[in-house]
Amino acid sequence: MTDSKTSETENADLEQFRTETRAWLEANCPPEMRKPATSDTDVFWGGRNAKFSSEPQRIWFERMRDKGWTVPDWPKEYGGGGLSAAEHKVLRSEMAKLGARPPLSSFGIWMLGPALLKYGNEAQKKEHLPKIAAGLIRWCQGYSEPNAGSDLASLQTRAERDGDDFVITGSKIWTSYANYADWIFCLVRTDSAAKKHDGISFILFDMTSKGVTTKPILLISGYSPFCETFFDGVRVPKSHVVGTVNRGWDVAKYLLQHERAMISGMGERGVGRPLGQIAADSVGADALGRLDDSTLRGRIATFDVDEAALAACAERAVDLAKAGQAHPAFSSAMKYYGTELNKRRYEILMSAGGVDALEWESERSRQGARPRAWLRTKANSIEGGTSEVMLGIVAKRILDLPGA
Amino acid sequence: MALVLTEEQSMLRDSARGLISDKAPVSHLRSLRDSKDPTGFSKELWHSFAEMGFAGLLVPEEFGGSGLGFMEAGVVMEEIGRTLMPSPFLATSVVAASALNRGGNAAQKSEYLPKISNGSLLATLAIDEGAKHRPLQTNLQAVRAGNGFKLSGAKALVVDGHVADLFIVAARTAGSAGERDGLTLFLVNPRAKGVSIERTIMVDAHNAARIELSNVEVNADSVLGEVDQGAALLDGVLDIGRGAVAAEMVGLSEEVFNRTVEYLKNRKQFGKLIGEFQALQHRAAELYVDIEITRAATMKALQALDADIAKAASAVAVAKARAGTTATRAVQEGVQMHGGIGMTDQFDIGFFMKRARVCEELFGDANYHTEQLARARGY
Ligand SMILES: Cc1cc2nc3c(=O)[nH]c(=O)nc-3n(C[C@H](O)[C@H](O)[C@H](O)COP(=O)(O)OP(=O)(O)OC[C@H]3O[C@@H](n4cnc5c(N)ncnc54)[C@H](O)[C@@H]3O)c2cc1C
Repeated sequence: MTDSKTSETENADLEQFRTETRAWLEANCPPEMRKPATSDTDVFWGGRNAKFSSEPQRIWFERMRDKGWTVPDWPKEYGGGGLSAAEHKVLRSEMAKLGARPPLSSFGIWMLGPALLKYGNEAQKKEHLPKIAAGLIRWCQGYSEPNAGSDLASLQTRAERDGDDFVITGSKIWTSYANYADWIFCLVRTDSAAKKHDGISFILFDMTSKGVTTKPILLISGYSPFCETFFDGVRVPKSHVVGTVNRGWDVAKYLLQHERAMISGMGERGVGRPLGQIAADSVGADALGRLDDSTLRGRIATFDVDEAALAACAERAVDLAKAGQAHPAFSSAMKYYGTELNKRRYEILMSAGGVDALEWESERSRQGARPRAWLRTKANSIEGGTSEVMLGIVAKRILDLPGA
Repeated sequence: MALVLTEEQSMLRDSARGLISDKAPVSHLRSLRDSKDPTGFSKELWHSFAEMGFAGLLVPEEFGGSGLGFMEAGVVMEEIGRTLMPSPFLATSVVAASALNRGGNAAQKSEYLPKISNGSLLATLAIDEGAKHRPLQTNLQAVRAGNGFKLSGAKALVVDGHVADLFIVAARTAGSAGERDGLTLFLVNPRAKGVSIERTIMVDAHNAARIELSNVEVNADSVLGEVDQGAALLDGVLDIGRGAVAAEMVGLSEEVFNRTVEYLKNRKQFGKLIGEFQALQHRAAELYVDIEITRAATMKALQALDADIAKAASAVAVAKARAGTTATRAVQEGVQMHGGIGMTDQFDIGFFMKRARVCEELFGDANYHTEQLARARGY
């Protein structure tokens, strides 16, 4: 009896929260922010050199920041909204109903924040989390190296002790937005005698530190959002190590779970116009009002089935985590499927668009938004761990199949 | 609603699993098949099922049932899928009980529902006439005659058709094949004059029949729901059946998968466990992901049915389409990864392959449901 009473009041509270949230979003989310960003430059990433692409973008960001809703589920003392998991779900669903875009996108929110909340000491949390929440510092991820991609733990960038500092020497590659980032979270080798996974530390430093240089790399999409990053004797206080020295692999793996969950959710699932309608614009309809390309129609319908099923699974993953029943490697399963599905989505979009989807530099095509996005999706199944690596993780960690 | 089982649902699963794995492992189906059992299922087991409250799981308490929901029915179906237990649960307790409960008048409900609950009445839906599931193509004729109707026509794949005590027959009282209007559901006594029943021994060794009606007389009281307006009732009942079969396929897929992964961990070739080969590891991992996604979609569909049957169609279409594709893949990979032994009758895995094929055809295959989704979305 008492139990059902409590859950009744909880439900009533949640319903009230829903009503208030809906009203607040309705009143505060500018109409321009109720559709997906049109391109990467239309996304607000924060940081010391941040610029808003429009006035509505600024207003939306500032209002959400003031409520702590750039990071709704972080504790209030670190600049978050202090929402419970259930309230967070309500906020997300109300934002989705309105088509409201996230006010701030950042590696700090998606990746570093959760890792700091779990492994950071109090001083590190107080120092970094509120700046992430307020979009003041933009972070980049220094994991991959030229000879350590999928085999990440074989990384060679060295950090040597010198008094109270570490001195870091080496290089990273594929560092997304390193040229725009203010700080980096970085994996370094602090013990080269130890076993591969045991000598790695997770360290934070300012990209303006002496000895840091970056060099952008041009991608097939025509953009160059990622870089080679070089460290030449960069001095970093040892207090900037997150967790224990030489135990950085734990932090790194935990962060990767969040990165994978984030990547698996990319591709604006359920947002924007349905594929079937987009295709109808260019392909046209047959006498029965169906898409006039039965094979394409079948591909879209099968895609729709799989997308709806994946959305249910993403919802279930959250519910499982809340119930304490989630397998820690489940994000790899979701990452694998979500990214392969997103590639399928863009293959269909290209096919549906025909020659219109091929324009690269024109006003009409918004500077080739669609083909560039199509090319970008090809990275989804590479970044954050490749599809092959995800399947390997599922096979070994979830299915417990014997290691090679 | 969270997409995880509640404590009560987990308890229900455990008790269903206990009974089913104990009394009806795959060997149970095998011996019914080998002995050409005339009933095709164990009556004794069905009574235990009824005593535990499963037979009347969806029947409201006022009619002697447990008054539970479709999530709970799905929990039981999934367990049935794990051992392929042949039982009247799907046809009687899920589909027919829902048809009576949703479409029945007071007299019909109080006559049939208590008997379904206590396990004494078996009922089934007779709908498809052609090789593929096409409810609107119903062409069995019901012509008015005096105070009632005369039914003539034939039905295929009537689940439990040769043991049922009651048929719920979809017939055409107006219009022509393909039209929505003019469909009516009738309650027909299998022993009525003019009914002939042929038990069809199917690939999966589960019960099914072809039935033929020739001038079968029924009175006006045997109309379930409204004359000419049966399509909406039928839609809902079929969606309930689809959600249940999807749950059975999830159970079946997971069971084949678990057996296959066990095999990968034990079978050695080239001096290694075959589970060490990455080619097999990756296929197993993909299948795992497929099953998890399908499980979530199926839970979503069952929840949608519990919330509002009339609005559940798309979620059900997604679940049934996914379940068909996933189960097909699961049984194919299961046989392939077992190698030669997977092809033998002596080994159980083939039973799953056969049942998956039948479940795929029941109430519409993956293509059918994918097509439904495309239409619902207007392209
Ligand atoms: C757009 C983009 C953004 C990125 N951003 C960042 C970033 O910000 N920071 C950062 O640190 N890194 C970043 N990365 C790097 C990314 O994490 C690596 O590219 C990725 O981990 C793969 O490593 P690799 O490129 O060295 O490929 P490799 O490891 O050389 O892999 C090559 C091929 O071999 C396969 N392969 C490798 N090992 C196995 C195995 N055991 N079994 C089967 N197949 C295998 C791979 O799946 C792949 O197909 C980014 C990458 C991209 C594409």
